[in-house]
Amino acid sequence: MSPDTARSVVEPGATAKLLAAVLVAAYALVALIPIVWIVLTSFKTPSAAIAYPPSVLFSPSLEGYVNVFTQRTRQTPEYMASLPPPETWYDALVRSRNMVIAGPSRFAERYWNSIIIGFGSTFLAVFLGTLAAYAFSRFRVPLKDDLLFFILSTRMMPPIAVAIPIFLMYRTLGLSDTHLGMILLYTAVNLSLSVWLLKGFMDEIPREYEEAALVDGYSRFQAFLKVVLPQAVTGIAATAIFCLIFAWNEYAFALLLTSGNAQTAPPFIPTIIGEGGLDWPAVAAGTTMFLVPILVFTVLLRRHLLRGITFGAVRK
Amino acid sequence: MAEVALERVAKRFGDVQAVAELSLTVGAGELLVLLGASGAGKTTTLRLVAGLERLDAGTVRIAGRDVSRAAPAERDVAFVFQQYSLYPHYSVYDNLAFPLRSPLRRMAEDAIRRRVGEIAETLRIAHKLDSRATQLSGGEMQRVAIGRALVREPACFLMDEPLSSLDAKLREDLRIELKRIQRELGATILYVTHDQIEAMTLGDRIGVLEAGRLIQVGTPRELYERPASVVVARRLGSPPINLLPAALVGQIVPAAATLGVRPEDIRIGTVGLPARVAAVEALGAETVVALDIAGTLLHALISGEADLVPGAGVHLELPRERLIAFDGAGRRVVGAESLPA
Ligand SMILES: Nc1ncnc2c1ncn2[C@@H]1O[C@H](COP(=O)(O)OP(=O)(O)OP(=O)(O)O)[C@@H](O)[C@H]1O
Ligand SMILES: [Mg+2]
Repeated sequence: MSPDTARSVVEPGATAKLLAAVLVAAYALVALIPIVWIVLTSFKTPSAAIAYPPSVLFSPSLEGYVNVFTQRTRQTPEYMASLPPPETWYDALVRSRNMVIAGPSRFAERYWNSIIIGFGSTFLAVFLGTLAAYAFSRFRVPLKDDLLFFILSTRMMPPIAVAIPIFLMYRTLGLSDTHLGMILLYTAVNLSLSVWLLKGFMDEIPREYEEAALVDGYSRFQAFLKVVLPQAVTGIAATAIFCLIFAWNEYAFALLLTSGNAQTAPPFIPTIIGEGGLDWPAVAAGTTMFLVPILVFTVLLRRHLLRGITFGAVRK
Repeated sequence: MAEVALERVAKRFGDVQAVAELSLTVGAGELLVLLGASGAGKTTTLRLVAGLERLDAGTVRIAGRDVSRAAPAERDVAFVFQQYSLYPHYSVYDNLAFPLRSPLRRMAEDAIRRRVGEIAETLRIAHKLDSRATQLSGGEMQRVAIGRALVREPACFLMDEPLSSLDAKLREDLRIELKRIQRELGATILYVTHDQIEAMTLGDRIGVLEAGRLIQVGTPRELYERPASVVVARRLGSPPINLLPAALVGQIVPAAATLGVRPEDIRIGTVGLPARVAAVEALGAETVVALDIAGTLLHALISGEADLVPGAGVHLELPRERLIAFDGAGRRVVGAESLPA
């Protein structure tokens, strides 16, 4: 075989690669339609958003984004005429609808709540999960199998099945509508996933790595930090993404347990629609911005997800 | 370098008695090879010395100090693992420096650089110091793994089949290199292998393990010439020792049930036991001849080329003084060699 035709037997041929690429592209297209729809809608005017047939080409407007961040009041034409000229572009935009900005909406606050609760609970679930998974993977824990089963069993019914007891419990403990309460709740729900996923990853890391460190004069904890953690990064990243997606998207508990102080974005976004008619662009704008952090987080950790686990230094 | 002593050491995993009643002393500066089949308990023995497994019973002493309950870090040993010894997330340099950066014996970075440089030079991996551990060939990985142990000057080295994944040539090179380093450092090494050539060439003494028990310890010569049992006799020598029913040769010692004869001790000629040539295998300098005596197959090793063809009838001489007699239970019967012919 000449060098330019030589290829590995596991390397797919050009036709197979092309076919795979076409299939992936076709699937991505179908899967992306709702997201594209939302993003397009967020740049439409309210009337364009409900036009039929829907327009694909339109002149974009930032009205949805302005509306999602503001509260507006409708005024009489006489009052509008008496106002001084608008100071900013968004003032102008709102006035063109015969309204004035009454103040900021609560969207930014809700969004910030989502970030604190989502990332806080993800951090806690992954942190505790990593320690627990390491212990379950390496030490002789009494009743290990029962404990692992018990941890898993917390996921055997939908979490919302315990909504009422949690609601009552939170009210008594004063955790209702607090950031801490929501972080603890999401951590508790995610912990079983986190422990089980991470235990799988830890089991894959050969004990010899830590044992070599132990013999070389490191303590168990130092060996964990220097040897096990770097090897587990892939698993930790994957677990963190799963946990964040759950906490970020959670709707039912957020609706039930939060109202003012600690409300997250998911229960808030649908309420936007009520303020001033069928404001689909504002809902779409809120949703579009809501998608961004997960997207960024996943793209940042993508390298770890794709890299897989290195078994490179195995001697066999 | 220090002496390592195991006294009546035992370890059980569930139903498996991995190590039983094992007593063994490795002298300071001695290289003792543990030889045994897969599952004999070799790795477990090393792990008990290193403190990676808890003893069920017995005592481990390093340099006279009872370390049976001490943590691995406190025992001052270096371990070369059977596999997975390099950290994939580190470069070769960082892998070699890792033991020197431990909080227990932290060295200054420039002292570390000097030490790692020396070892890399000795093991001929200096040009690979900046590579990631995953980018090395099998032989290079193995050398780095050995280097990781050699950078320190521990009380003793524990090596678990460190040369097992190498090709024959490299294995031989490294074996010679390792022996030289050991002599130079006067290092105490407990070395595990199931390769008998490695055991014979490397070991000051060899201990043979069988199902968790130490069945014989001695110099390679002693074990080869006066094996305590059939098991030991079979472990050493290539081609392996021939075992024949004593009745076939004639009673030599009353208690003997089986007679062992080394392939190189069989003489093919015109007198003695009648046999038929079954196969001839020329190895170059030597020839292995398979011989059939009344249904029992023997292997003879003769130097040079043999002028024999399969199917030919020959006669065998089995020199009395070279025969090793075993009783019904497989233990050597002492005194067979000294009987008059
Ligand atoms: N952690 C463990 N749990 C259960 N059984 C074990 C464990 N470690 C070893 N064993 C058992 O103990 C016995 C001795 O194992 P060991 O690893 O010491 O053998 P070895 O002589 O090193 O074999 P090899 O040449 O294949 O490496 C085997 O039967 C093995 O299955
Ligand atoms: Mg082993």
